[in-house]
Amino acid sequence: MCLAIPGRIIEIAPDNPRSALVDVVGMRRRVDLGLLEDDRPVAGDWVLIHVGFAMSKISEADALDQMRTLEMLGESEAAVQEVRGYGLEEVEEKHSP
Amino acid sequence: MKYVDEFRDPELITKAAEEIRRLADPNRDYRLMEVCGGHTHAIYRFGLKHILPSNIELIHGPGCPVCVLPMGRIDDALSVAKDPDVIFAAFGDMMRVPGTNGSPLEHKARGMDVRIVYSPSDAIKLAKMNPQKHVMFFAIGFETTAPSTALTLQRARAEKLPNFSVFCNHVTIIPAIRAILDSPDMRLDGFIGPGHVSTVIGCRPYEWIAKNERKPIVVCGFEPLDLLQSIVMILRQLQSGEAKVENQYKRVVPWEGNRAALKAMADTFQLRPYFEWRGLGFISQSALRIRDEYAEWDSEQRFEVPGIRVTDPKAAQCGEVLKGVLKPAQCKLFGKECTPESPVGALMVSSEGSCAAYYSYEHRKAALVPSPVALA
Repeated sequence: MCLAIPGRIIEIAPDNPRSALVDVVGMRRRVDLGLLEDDRPVAGDWVLIHVGFAMSKISEADALDQMRTLEMLGESEAAVQEVRGYGLEEVEEKHSP
Repeated sequence: MKYVDEFRDPELITKAAEEIRRLADPNRDYRLMEVCGGHTHAIYRFGLKHILPSNIELIHGPGCPVCVLPMGRIDDALSVAKDPDVIFAAFGDMMRVPGTNGSPLEHKARGMDVRIVYSPSDAIKLAKMNPQKHVMFFAIGFETTAPSTALTLQRARAEKLPNFSVFCNHVTIIPAIRAILDSPDMRLDGFIGPGHVSTVIGCRPYEWIAKNERKPIVVCGFEPLDLLQSIVMILRQLQSGEAKVENQYKRVVPWEGNRAALKAMADTFQLRPYFEWRGLGFISQSALRIRDEYAEWDSEQRFEVPGIRVTDPKAAQCGEVLKGVLKPAQCKLFGKECTPESPVGALMVSSEGSCAAYYSYEHRKAALVPSPVALA
């Protein structure tokens, strides 16, 4: 829950500037950009993501640093699990008949 | 336990550790509190205790949201979720937290509809996928997660979503620090300030700690080098008799915080007059409730909530550990009745809880650890 996971914006939804397709730890997920209204990111920017919401813009170097931090903390697996779960992927898998 | 050469910048780590030894006055001791649970986890994981001189003690603070949530809140939410038309949705961290009659996961095993979501916006998605049911999102966290819940509430209201509500347990960090400083059995010399909470609130809200309490506070990142550098910064302030707010985690934390996030929080939440914290008791204006404009999406206003209060098991000394009066292993239940596999107290549940962190990285490996690790 308190993980900050770096991701790179691939594209911003043309019909909703608050929704972005983001590459996060090798997965593509929808991330909410609503908390970055004051400093809107564009495609190619790196962001730090908390519980599916981009919380801050960061540099590429800091994004790579953050990945290493997650690894050092032994939390990269938890981060992958969290990101995999975005969009209810897991929930859908588990509960579809 | 980690050896220094396993760190990313072993040379810088060694330098920072040497600087700490140089700055620390051997004729006194230092009690520094890391407020954030993420820091507690990092400190144990990297075995920083073994790098620091013995007169610097790190006290683990209240910044693990799962740990400070009173059991009564879980009982309250689970009593609403007994209704077969209600889906209880929460982050994975909540699933194993014990309520009086078991954790959400145990309730699920008994037939309750309990789902893990990784984002509050997925709770909205869940509501849309299950229009015949009501989805109650059990929201938890400090200012790091509260803005996401705020945007989710705004969205539910904008879309007039009929079958979704939030059971709000969001808490705020500043009143907790104040309560700890007011606690008579507590003596602290400085604070390692939270990293991600500060992304939202910025550094200004800590200024009273420096000005009124005359304690240094350094907002800090999560790598071992970040933590050591922050300790250097605190020691420098103490040596020169200064007390100010410094930002070691500038690469992520802007001094002013995130205004859009603060605005969303102000729009959807207001302060509760008081809120109970596990281990710390009632703290005034320390938690958020949902504003009346959003009453329709507030589980507590929408459902009959019993308002259960549960006293922690007497033998468990979570409160003393949470305030840093006792070390985890000094609690009578630690490692015996209370383990991460079957936690009695909440500090043993979350990996950010000091008991679980201590258990995983110190207690279990105690026999294997060559100690102390020499740096030079």
